[in-house]
Amino acid sequence: MTEPPHRSPVRLSVNGRPYELDLDNRTTLLDALREHLALTGAKKGCDHGQCGSCTVLLDGRRVKSCLVFAVAADGGDLVSVEGLAEDGQLHPLQSCFVEHDAFQCGYCTSGQLCSALGMLDELRRGWPSVVTADLAAGPNGVTDPEIRERMSGNLCRCAAYPHIVSAIREAATVETRPMGSLR
Amino acid sequence: MRSFRYERSTDPGRAVALVAGEPDAAYLGGGTNLVDLMKLGVARPGLLVDVTRLPLDSVESLPDGGLRIGATVRNSDLAAHPTVRRDFPVLARALLAGASGQLRNMATVGGNLLQRTRCAYFQDVTRPCNKRVPGDGCSALEGQNRDLAILGWSPQCVATHPSDMAVALVALDAVVEVLEPAGARDIPLAEFHRLPGERPDQETTLAPGGLITAVRIPALPFARRSTYRKARDRASFAFAAGSVAVALDLAGGLVRDVRLGWGAVAHRPWRPRLAEAALRGQPATEETFRLAAEEELAAARPLTHNAFKIPLIRNLTVRTLVDLAEDATDPAERDR
Amino acid sequence: MSAPATAIGREQPRLEGRAKVTGTARYAVEHPADGVAYGWAVQASVAKGRIVRIDTGDAEREPGVLAVLTHENSPRLHPAESPELLLLQQPRVRYRGEIVALVVAESLESAREAARLLRIDYDTEPHSSVLTEHHPSLYKPDHVNPSFPTDTSVGDFDSGYAAAEVRLDQTYRTPAYHNNPMEPHAATASWTDGRLLVHDSSQGTTDVQVVLGRLFELPAEAVRAIAEHVGGGFGSKGTTRCTPVLAAMAARQVGRPVRLALTRQQLFGPIGYRTPIIQRIRLGADADGRLAAICHDAISQSSTIEEFAEQTAVLTRALYAAPHRRTTHRLARLDVPTPSWMRAPGECPGSFALESAMDELAVACGVDPVELRLRNDTEVDPEEGVPFSSRKLAACLRDGARRFGWADRDPAPGARRRGRWLIGTGMAGAIYPARIPGASAEAAAGPDGTYQVRINATDIGTGARTALWQIATDALGVPGDRVAVSIGDSDLPPALVAGGSTGTAGWGLAVHRACQELRRQLDDRYAGTAPPDGLAVRLDTTDEAAALPRLARYAFGAHFVEARVDVDSGEIRIPRMLGVFATGRVVNPSTARSQLIGGMTMGISMALHEEGLLDHRFGDWVNRDLATYHVTACADVERIEAYWVPEEDDEGNPLGTKGLGEIGIVGSAAAVANAVYHATGLRFRTLPIQLDKLVDRLPTG
Repeated sequence: MTEPPHRSPVRLSVNGRPYELDLDNRTTLLDALREHLALTGAKKGCDHGQCGSCTVLLDGRRVKSCLVFAVAADGGDLVSVEGLAEDGQLHPLQSCFVEHDAFQCGYCTSGQLCSALGMLDELRRGWPSVVTADLAAGPNGVTDPEIRERMSGNLCRCAAYPHIVSAIREAATVETRPMGSLR
Repeated sequence: MRSFRYERSTDPGRAVALVAGEPDAAYLGGGTNLVDLMKLGVARPGLLVDVTRLPLDSVESLPDGGLRIGATVRNSDLAAHPTVRRDFPVLARALLAGASGQLRNMATVGGNLLQRTRCAYFQDVTRPCNKRVPGDGCSALEGQNRDLAILGWSPQCVATHPSDMAVALVALDAVVEVLEPAGARDIPLAEFHRLPGERPDQETTLAPGGLITAVRIPALPFARRSTYRKARDRASFAFAAGSVAVALDLAGGLVRDVRLGWGAVAHRPWRPRLAEAALRGQPATEETFRLAAEEELAAARPLTHNAFKIPLIRNLTVRTLVDLAEDATDPAERDR
Repeated sequence: MSAPATAIGREQPRLEGRAKVTGTARYAVEHPADGVAYGWAVQASVAKGRIVRIDTGDAEREPGVLAVLTHENSPRLHPAESPELLLLQQPRVRYRGEIVALVVAESLESAREAARLLRIDYDTEPHSSVLTEHHPSLYKPDHVNPSFPTDTSVGDFDSGYAAAEVRLDQTYRTPAYHNNPMEPHAATASWTDGRLLVHDSSQGTTDVQVVLGRLFELPAEAVRAIAEHVGGGFGSKGTTRCTPVLAAMAARQVGRPVRLALTRQQLFGPIGYRTPIIQRIRLGADADGRLAAICHDAISQSSTIEEFAEQTAVLTRALYAAPHRRTTHRLARLDVPTPSWMRAPGECPGSFALESAMDELAVACGVDPVELRLRNDTEVDPEEGVPFSSRKLAACLRDGARRFGWADRDPAPGARRRGRWLIGTGMAGAIYPARIPGASAEAAAGPDGTYQVRINATDIGTGARTALWQIATDALGVPGDRVAVSIGDSDLPPALVAGGSTGTAGWGLAVHRACQELRRQLDDRYAGTAPPDGLAVRLDTTDEAAALPRLARYAFGAHFVEARVDVDSGEIRIPRMLGVFATGRVVNPSTARSQLIGGMTMGISMALHEEGLLDHRFGDWVNRDLATYHVTACADVERIEAYWVPEEDDEGNPLGTKGLGEIGIVGSAAAVANAVYHATGLRFRTLPIQLDKLVDRLPTG
């Protein structure tokens, strides 16, 4: 235990920018973002995958970055909340969150946004959820019950839930950029 | 968290050699449980062998109508797979009832089977636990045990296996394909997880260093009429208070065949074979279903805080069987 | 962003909205700091005893470790401060989970591992951690929080109760509830030339500044505490907590800035929680439900470290009329962490008992629960005898009943079934004090036509920043884009914490007065335009607030809930919840609605999900994370609506506002429990109501 900790080189693309890092193997993707890249948008609410505040998109899919070792994500393509706006223009999800007052303290918001982005993509792929009545046919659009179930991995203690749902519902109708293109 | 070496393997044989070569090595899959336990100090591997890039990420239909699922297939991909949705809805529904969207995107099939109990005492290194430290004592036996076992427990351990997916798989007679240092073999899922007995630290029959490479589901045409029912207080993102997997084959009002699985009741996903035997050939009535469930539950020994699981599992079993039986006769939409 | 002629009353998106949705809003451990080190707290693993030996060897040998602070080597703190904050000063352990050491390291990873390697030996003593009605330590505290009389009595309860036609005597129990803000308690501290700078996740940094100054024996101007954005608090960040103190100690020890965030698991204890409570309610009424006698007896717990006396029964002193009335509070001192503030302390748990009992009385009298409350409405405070500044409970009840469609309700319990679901509806009333604490504020005009408003208010998600900006804009009478509001920094004019639903009223009044005075001086002396050097006005409203006429000042509300219960599993779902509130003038309907819905949802959570599961053998809770301590998730909240009735209350405070951060949770758990009763016929007097208590008691046929 007195030996220096094991480290590894880690290459990551974050919001389209390449990074080459040398990290302690124990460093999670979340801590790599927050403590090594000064990207503190992704939040640490529980550090155990139980709250969703750390949600980012890794290779296009929403994941909880607190449970991914950065070294295991080597070569990965990551989008965090800082990558959602383009040229200062808010992503429709972001502007709908502001308009619907879909947050209060704001601490879960980054995770909610990234999760919503990944979730809408899953819906568009026709992935069913536990509330989907017809498994084979898949979800019947961006309905409130589908949004609620699929967003339940993102806790909000301020309980902005109804506004989160209405913001996502609206963003899904105005969204023009394909969700999967955020690489 | 102890410092660990990290190796990434693209060859299953090489991965097994790496892990078998070190007593404190572990496989890293989706990480959703292992990373959690490493942070808690419950797991302290010195070497992690990352298996997520092994070529084990495909779902193949077998010629007889069965399915082979690679060990690194992510839970969400498996749940969304068209064949699974059509032929084994119980499996898709069980997967979708588990965890959250993000976690299902991460968790692998192999890792899901190997996840550890969520018993609060196991997860807290400041409290005695025989599973974590053999001989330490079981804090849960007389502690907060609402979520824990009613079947097959021992005084050494009353933990439950937390998986939803495994409950569906055990009902479907799934077989776990493993690669061990001594070679490859098949282990029926019903024999993969052990009951705690005197050695709650030994959770599976997998040899040390063994790697799950795939899970095989034999053909079961009537599994197209199958479903999974999970009860929980929170409407989503919660482990089961109790769950049932059911596939039902009816002929002329009689139960021709049936597959059952029970979750959150034991140290392993529970296959209620007594209940199944009591159902085969019997009329598909609520009364038959109840008697069958009660026959299996006669062996249940509730703990201080979980006697409710007996009526819960009985009711869920009866209701799910009734719903499937009604579906078989009346395609009109059910009321849930 | 240009404000309309009257900004107050308009839906206004949060000023910091863009920062929050782009991830650029910085919280306590997100501020850049050169050479930052990381703290990791270590907790006691015994409930009571004394540290006899600490072996720091392995921890110190962990690469990257800079220091291991224990009671043996920590910087000394001035002992005049609350004993809760005299951290790492002595070897006694008063509860399981008390912080007994702090590791400081170059990285989070090293700090975590070193914390694990620390070896601490204890001499243990027997402990007592279970609250009971007969606990030997029960006593009558001198007062209950914050400064209410412990017991009150009007008329003669015993005779009034004995003579009543209908009598109800029931006991209600609530477990320990944990605040669990999404941002765990966290602070970054750094020392420069003897000055201490702290970024703290706090509901009020004026207190943090004062407390740190006392602990480290520094003049106030040598301490600066900043809380620009705070990831929720719900009361648990309302007093200065261990995190800024430990971070400051560590930073002094290692000579570098230190970030310290508690883990989620570590929050279950050291930062407070809502005490478990045992409440006995006795109601005596005539056959029509008119109350003759009310008695509310509350028993709660505190630690051996400090007295914390939850004001559980205080709401019963003002909510309903009855000639004979009594309230009492008793406290047990256990070997547990000190309880603390949690959203609507007192009123929230107290209303679960009182409003459940009122539902039981309605059933006993055969009177509709809404009508029962209308019959017991009162024009004057029934204990103080003073009039209310405004009291719109009846309007809330009537408007809520109308919106919800209450009129058609069949009172029979367990009588509605749809498929496998039993359906029921329930309601409850709500009350919460409308306090107006004084504050200081500064308003300044620049020669360029811009205005700066400065006050050490804190926005923990309430929307305070935006509401104060609306208030300032109206008082200045200028377009909003010329007004900037600075909050969340102890360098600003001092103000009280974000707590007690006082922000908009208390801070708002100070901002309003400062802006009014600035406007007056500009108009009177400078023809409306700021002089070349600018003009600043600073004032304090303490005297004005204290001089307000003696009135009973409260917000009111009514909750309506639909519950469904699965007959097979006992699972409870809440498809609909509707609340109507009377909270005076609403400054920002958008954020107000969010606050009310948030409180109501936390009430669902309290009723159905949350419970600290105590293991008396260890003396602490075993479910110390968000996978086992459940709070409502998105899927739990289906249709939830909050409305308010128009209320002009110029006597309440000069702005006519009342707070609304807490009233949303008051009564909400009772409304849920009452709906479950109506659905099933089963009355639950102990929370939470979970499926294990219902399964096998419902008609599955």
